[in-house]
Amino acid sequence: MGWFSKSEVRRDTQKLSRDDIWIRCQGCRAHVFKQDYYDNLNVCPKCSWHGKLTAAERINLTFDAGTFDEMNASIRPSDPLSFVDGKGPYTEKVEQSRVKTGLNESVVTGTGRINGVQVVAGVMDFRFLGGSLGSGTGEKILRAANYACEHKLPYIVFSASGGARMHEGILSLMQMAKTCAGIARLDEKKVPYISVLTDPTTGGVSASYALVGDVNIAEPGALVGFAGRRVIEVTIKQKLPDNFQTSEFFLEHGFIDCIVHRKEMKQTLYRILSYYNRSGRHHGT
Amino acid sequence: MERELDFEKPILELEKTLEKLRHHESQGRGGHRSLIETLEKQLDAVRKEVYRNITPWQTVQIARHPHRPVLRDYIEDIFTDFVELHGDRCFGDDHGLIGGFAMLGDEKVMLIGHNKGKNVEENIKRNFGMSRPEGYRKALRLMRLAEKYNLPVVTFIDTAGAFPGLDAEERGQHEAIGRNLTEMARLQVPIVAVVTGEGGSGGALGIGVGDVVLMLQYAIYSVISPEGCAGILWRDGSFSAQAAEALKLTSASLLDLGVIDEIIPEPPGGAHRFPQQTADTMRSVVLKHLKELGALTTVKLCARRFEKFSAMGKFIE
Ligand SMILES: [Zn+2]
Repeated sequence: MGWFSKSEVRRDTQKLSRDDIWIRCQGCRAHVFKQDYYDNLNVCPKCSWHGKLTAAERINLTFDAGTFDEMNASIRPSDPLSFVDGKGPYTEKVEQSRVKTGLNESVVTGTGRINGVQVVAGVMDFRFLGGSLGSGTGEKILRAANYACEHKLPYIVFSASGGARMHEGILSLMQMAKTCAGIARLDEKKVPYISVLTDPTTGGVSASYALVGDVNIAEPGALVGFAGRRVIEVTIKQKLPDNFQTSEFFLEHGFIDCIVHRKEMKQTLYRILSYYNRSGRHHGT
Repeated sequence: MERELDFEKPILELEKTLEKLRHHESQGRGGHRSLIETLEKQLDAVRKEVYRNITPWQTVQIARHPHRPVLRDYIEDIFTDFVELHGDRCFGDDHGLIGGFAMLGDEKVMLIGHNKGKNVEENIKRNFGMSRPEGYRKALRLMRLAEKYNLPVVTFIDTAGAFPGLDAEERGQHEAIGRNLTEMARLQVPIVAVVTGEGGSGGALGIGVGDVVLMLQYAIYSVISPEGCAGILWRDGSFSAQAAEALKLTSASLLDLGVIDEIIPEPPGGAHRFPQQTADTMRSVVLKHLKELGALTTVKLCARRFEKFSAMGKFIE
């Protein structure tokens, strides 16, 4: 046994297995072989629970290889309120997020092709400050919408966000109006806007661009909702149903067009986009 | 519902003394006239002094004061011929957010606003001015009607937030607010929004996308309540005063940040003490902006509104 006692070896193997080999599914609670989970696009092979994706992973899955061109990558948060809370300054949190993710903001925007169809897209990354809607996020979402409008290219936004970014105060709230102004323009110019809701899509993002798509698609089991579950429970002093604020809940209540498994997402987007007649030949032009 | 604010104590004490003296005087037990005059001057000075140094957290308390004028007061004080229009044509009528035709001076407008109550019974019926989705959908219906009739829209914002309830979620609170933000961005008539009390997050913004956004001096407007922010970022609700400070939610801060266009001044002592004076000032400021916006073409108006909200926010590039 070399230098180690038996018990030490066992402990070490357990540690290794927990961290590096197995992953605990948050859906069925089963331990899943990590490589199987990754090979399955971060979806549990046993129960189809959809784990989170980074923006880069989502882009690789969605766009034809090598077609994604990022735009406005240098936009990053400033600290307009000089915000400091109980855990320190906002600037430190931004720096930590930038180091952790290699991203400058909570959304990556750009153009890419889906089975050859050119689109403009915004892909949110939950790891960057909880995917919160900061000024930079709003600016990127709007600029991408404007680009889509100008070039008459369909616009797709993948949301993954806890909501507004408190550290930017009222300016964060204003991003809701700002992004929706961009969506309104797309609608006026009859440019498609497809919203894809992934886990989680809540608060200020749910109450701005995420639920006003021409088509709203959600991944299975994603948390979707306006108010936080705890806030609601305290307000109405009532226990909430188990499926409350999920994709399935909002499909049932008429706010989501379809729930699509991650494996089918690209093909579904392609099928929807194929119904867009750019030429407007049905309008006698 | 009497609620005394701690920092107003010097004012309240003088007010009480004066009230007693005036009462005596009115019953013919006179001799206090000169004392009354002195105290009145003193009160005036104390009010100014107290209100000059108000903190953001104290402003929060003024904005929520139970005697602060609510929409119904403004309807009585500065509007005439209010024709209330009910219902969203889909589900029901929300009592927390109301609207209808109204006259402001010689201007015909569509008035829409959060509807807080003056007492417990009213507040229960009106859900403390916290709207459910049908409130936002009614507001949108009325805005579209305003567009058809070519009337400017005036919105009065005073809510802790959109109602966080099971039914509100089921009926799509998020979609209702998002829809309003989208449609208000391109509405083809002028929109003047006035934050009169509490501007609570998405529930406030849901009727707040204005060509001009005005704010009463001691109103607040914030992405989250100071209590909620303290609970999350300080993990302790007792840090609400610090959170109020950090959130920059006062009218002066919001003017600096470019989120509002003008502050409507309140007399030192606040709107809860001087409702009529406050209402009169508000009336003239709103009218001024309605006249200015009325002179713009529809194309110019919509382009300006788009540019205004496009420019919101600060980031590094
Ligand atoms: Zn599972």
